[in-house]
Formats: sequence, structure tokens, C-alpha cells
Amino acid sequence: MIGCMPIIINFQTLTPGTIIISSLSIIVKGIIFPWLLFRALQEANIKKEIEPVGGYPLSLLMGVVMFGMSFWLSAQLVYTQPLVSYLAAPVSFTTFFIGVFIIVSRRKAITQIIGYLILENGIYLFGLAFLREQSLLVELAILLDIFVAVFVMGIAIFHINRAFDHIDTQKLSELKD
Amino acid sequence: MITILMITIPFSFGVIAFFIRNDFMRRILIIGCSVIHLILTSLVWAKCLDVSSNEWLGFDNVSIIFLTITSVLFSGAAVYAIRYLSDEKIYFKNEDGKRSVFSPEAVFSGCFLLFLSTMTMVIASQHLAVLWVAVEATTLASAPLIYFHRTKRSLEATWKYLLICSVGIAIALLGIFFLAVANNNQGEMLLINMIENAQGMNIPWLKAAFLLLFVGYGTKMGLAPFHTWLPDAHSEAPSVVSALLSGALLNCALLGILRGYQICIAAGLKTYCQEIFIVFGLLSIFFAAVFILKQTDYKRMLAYSSVEHMGIITLGIGLGGSAVFGAMLNMLGHSLTKAGLFFTAGNILSSFKTKKISDIRALIAGRTRWTGILWMVGFLLIIGTPPSGIFLGKFIILKECIFQRRYGITFAFLITLAIVFIGMARIFISMTQGAPVEKDNNNNSCNVDDFWRIFVPGLFFVLIISIGIYFPAWLARALESAALGLGGF
Repeated sequence: MIGCMPIIINFQTLTPGTIIISSLSIIVKGIIFPWLLFRALQEANIKKEIEPVGGYPLSLLMGVVMFGMSFWLSAQLVYTQPLVSYLAAPVSFTTFFIGVFIIVSRRKAITQIIGYLILENGIYLFGLAFLREQSLLVELAILLDIFVAVFVMGIAIFHINRAFDHIDTQKLSELKD
Repeated sequence: MITILMITIPFSFGVIAFFIRNDFMRRILIIGCSVIHLILTSLVWAKCLDVSSNEWLGFDNVSIIFLTITSVLFSGAAVYAIRYLSDEKIYFKNEDGKRSVFSPEAVFSGCFLLFLSTMTMVIASQHLAVLWVAVEATTLASAPLIYFHRTKRSLEATWKYLLICSVGIAIALLGIFFLAVANNNQGEMLLINMIENAQGMNIPWLKAAFLLLFVGYGTKMGLAPFHTWLPDAHSEAPSVVSALLSGALLNCALLGILRGYQICIAAGLKTYCQEIFIVFGLLSIFFAAVFILKQTDYKRMLAYSSVEHMGIITLGIGLGGSAVFGAMLNMLGHSLTKAGLFFTAGNILSSFKTKKISDIRALIAGRTRWTGILWMVGFLLIIGTPPSGIFLGKFIILKECIFQRRYGITFAFLITLAIVFIGMARIFISMTQGAPVEKDNNNNSCNVDDFWRIFVPGLFFVLIISIGIYFPAWLARALESAALGLGGF
């Protein structure tokens, strides 16, 4: 979905650059990331993926709260230029906050990566909606960075699983003061 | 051209190092790369500095200081690493005989060089988005370095480092997008363009952008409330890597914040930013002081001392005026001294095989005599005893603080520094003095009073003392022009 956004937003002024970005992010975010994560899941032998710290009702409630907060926050901002859509800012902020919330509230290392990806998607969406003249190279570099990040984190998960026999980050608490 | 070479040479060497099976060849590669980097750095110094408006990469008055620190530190670290790796080799053979696709040393050497390449790219970036990409790349290049020892604890440290820094840097990316919105999306995000356009920027967006950049890069830099990854990573990483992380990487993250600050100065938001700098600076010093007091692990203690120094530098930049010069000087001093201390800590760790302060006594007697002397000298330098460059830096910051009649800040600054002094003195003195502990199985420990293992930290300490005694005019000029670019004088 996010991959299609560059094309939809710049529909009038479609350039080869936009199409490349769009197709690459569809491939990376839609195919490679799920594949990497599924592979990590299989290696780590996880049956139940979601174990929120606060329980499901609280998570849902927090989601609603963050949704409201994003709308309020977006209403506070003064926009300098015509908007793509009034929903662009609230949606990207909500995605961002939900990403942060998932990282904080989930125990498994793999759900933390998913949280990181959601957060990154929120930022990416914001960038798409507000910056229409970014150069191709920069976009590609950012995409590459995130790709490598997920790749390295995937390797780390593999090692965590092998060393600890689980990927529960709450038990990663040997180092503290 | 030089700039591009400085990034691509370590990068290609790093990639090659992954595939070399011969240890000796790989070590030659590291040394060669550090020498080339050092030569190129001096070429940058020799050449007049001028950043033309449309280049994405280049060095200006501010970044050349950062470049020099990184280059010198890396050369020292490279020399030390050679010795360290050959000692660790024995250690690894004792631990396990398993072999993976790349040997740990190949991964180490490769990532070590990639790390240099990405750090140089951070320093050279004149384009804010490129800067972001480079900072994220430093995280990814250094994560395998922290995991070098393949223990559970180092794995935990690596995971925390990866996740906390990645999230932090993601926030900085949001900050960069905010900055572009504030700039009304005019053209590329080159620093020089942004500074020119700063007057017409949208102030609320710019303020939000600076805050996000500060929090984002501040995480990577180890400022107080976001520093949680730092002690873990610094204590678990091999000492060579800790030295680079602390002496070079934290500065690179600082540069990210400073770029945002330069734009804010041009837009007339100087006082707004300065308040943020001062608050987080003091907070960092305070946090570090509290944690140093009850520390039981000497590498963690050094890590908290890095948090403290980052706090001092931030405070200095926040105060403005001549304190910015002091901050730059303190940064130079901190990088050299802290790297030297981490190298020495590496010697102690190799000899005693423990990171517990209570298990180490009488460094200054017996086989570890030189290491013990260095450890004590390093302590005196890092807390800022007069013949040290750090003393000058702290003193200038303090002077500016009093000059501006900010007595509250002065008081807080002095009290926290005193706490740090007491905490560190207790640790260092108890480690160097006293009766030796009986060691039972130290047959496999290597000789840490080896020439190269003493030479590198010794050289750094001599350098920093000589800066305190004789301050070369060219260095003063360079630091002054850097301070000028950052709202000081």
C-alpha cells in the first residue's frame, strides 16, 4: 500500500524516478521484509507471536488514544503549502506512535522489529505526503539502510534464539545498574 | 575527490577484508587503510577549505576537527587492534573450535573498516539526508563489532544498541522531514542552502524539527535520558571498539545535532536551542555522576564518564560565547584520553579476565606495572587535572558560565564534577594500589605490558598533555573557526 503511495500522490507528474521508488518499496516492504521475518519466525520456533505487556484491551485503548492524539497534534500544526490530504499528517503520526508503542509493549524481539518497521513506515508516509521533490538517490539510500537494519536485526534474532533458546527481550536483563 | 576517496577506500578495503582468509594480509589491510586515511586527512588540512555550494560531500571548518579526531583515533586503534587480535586469537581457540562462513576476525576487520568509512561519510556529509543515512550506517557497521566475543552478554548489548539507536535515528529522520517542511520544500536539503534560506523558514516547524533531531541524534550520542544503550555496548564490546565508539562515534552523532543547530542559528532561534543544550547537558553530567558513584564494573564506569563528557560538551555549546571553543577543546581532549583509557582497560581485561573493580588490586605492582601507571595517568587526565587539554576546556566553559552570571548552572556544574571526581578516584585508586590479589589460573593470560599495547595509549596521553602545555597556533585557529560556525566567538 505504502509502495503505491508515491505513484498516487504524484499522479499528474509521473516520472521514472517515482516509479522506481514505488516499485522498489513494494518489493522491499511487501515481499522481502515479510519473507525475512517469516524465516526468522520459523528458525525461532514461535507459536504465539503476540504477548503484549499490558494485555489486549489496553493495547486497543492505547491505539485509540494515540489516534486521537495524532489528530489533535496535526490540527496544531500550521501547514505551509497545499496538502495532499487532510488525513496525511494524522495517519502518519498514528502509525509512528503505534510503532513506538509496539516496541515498548511487546516482549519478543521479532515484534520489536515489526514495531520498528511500523514506525519507519509512519515516517516514510509523512515524507511522501509532505516532501514531493526529494532526490531518487536519497530515497534509495534510506530504503537500503532500513533493509540492512532489518537484515542485521534478523541475524541478531537468530543468534539470540540460539544463545538463549528464546527471543524474549524482557529476559535480556543481565546488563543493568 | 579526496573526500570520495576517504569514504570509498575504507569501504572497499572493508569488503575485501571479509573474504581474505589470511590473518596477516587482513592486518596489513587495516594498517594500510589507517595510514592512507591519515595521509588524506592531512591533505585536507593542507588544502584550503572551501565548500562549494552544490556538493553533497565535503569538509568545512566544523567538520575538519571531527575528521582529524576520527582519523587519529582510528590509526591508534588499528595499531592496537593488530596486537589485540593476535592475542584474542589464542583466546578464541581455547573457547570453541567452531568455524562459520567468515572467521570472527574477518568479520571484525571488515566491519572495523566499514565503520571508518561510514564515520567519514557522516563527517563529510553536507546534505542532511545523506548525513542521516550515514549515521544509521555507522550503527549497522558497528553492531557486529560489539558482538565480537560471541557471548550472551555481548549479544544482549548488541540487541539493545541496534534497537535503541535505530529507533532514535528514525526519530531524527522525522526531524529531517520536518526541517524540509519548514524550508517549504525548496530544492535539495544541502546544509548551505538551508542556512541561506533560514530567514524565511517556518518557525514552529523548525523548532519541532530541531527537537526531533536533538532527541534522535542525542540517543546515538548518549545524552542522559536516552543513554541507556551506551554503558552496555561500551562494556561488552572489545576495548578497541569501545575506544572508537566513545571517542569517534559519539562525536559524529554530535555533528548531526550541530548541523541542525547551525540552521537554527541562521534562523534566529539561537536562544531556544541553547536552552535545550544546557538542560540536557547538565542532566547528562548529573546522571553520569550518580551512576559512577556505585559502579562495580570499570568499563561501565568509563562509559558513564563518556556520558558525562558528552554532557560537558553539550553544556559548553549551549552556553555560547567562548564556551563553544572550550567545548571543542574538551571534545578533542575527551576523545584522545578516553580512547587511551579504553585501550588500557583492554590491557587490564586481557590480564585479569574480569571487569569487576573489586577483583583488581595493585595494578601498579608486578607484571602490569606500565598498564597501572597509564591507568592512573589516564584518570588524572580525564578528570581534568591541569596539564591536560580537558582542564583547559572545562576551565573555559566554567569561565564563560561565571562571565554570563549564570551562578545556578555554575554551581550545578561544579558539584556534579566533584561527585564524578570522588566516584572515579575511589575506583581508580583502589584498582592501582593495595596488596595484590592471588591469581590462580593466569597461565593463559597474555603479556599486557607488550610494547604496542602500552605505546598507543601512552602516545595519546602524551599528545593531550602537550596540548595542555603548548597550544599550537594552527590548532587554536582551527578550533576558533569551528566555534565561530557554531555560534561562539
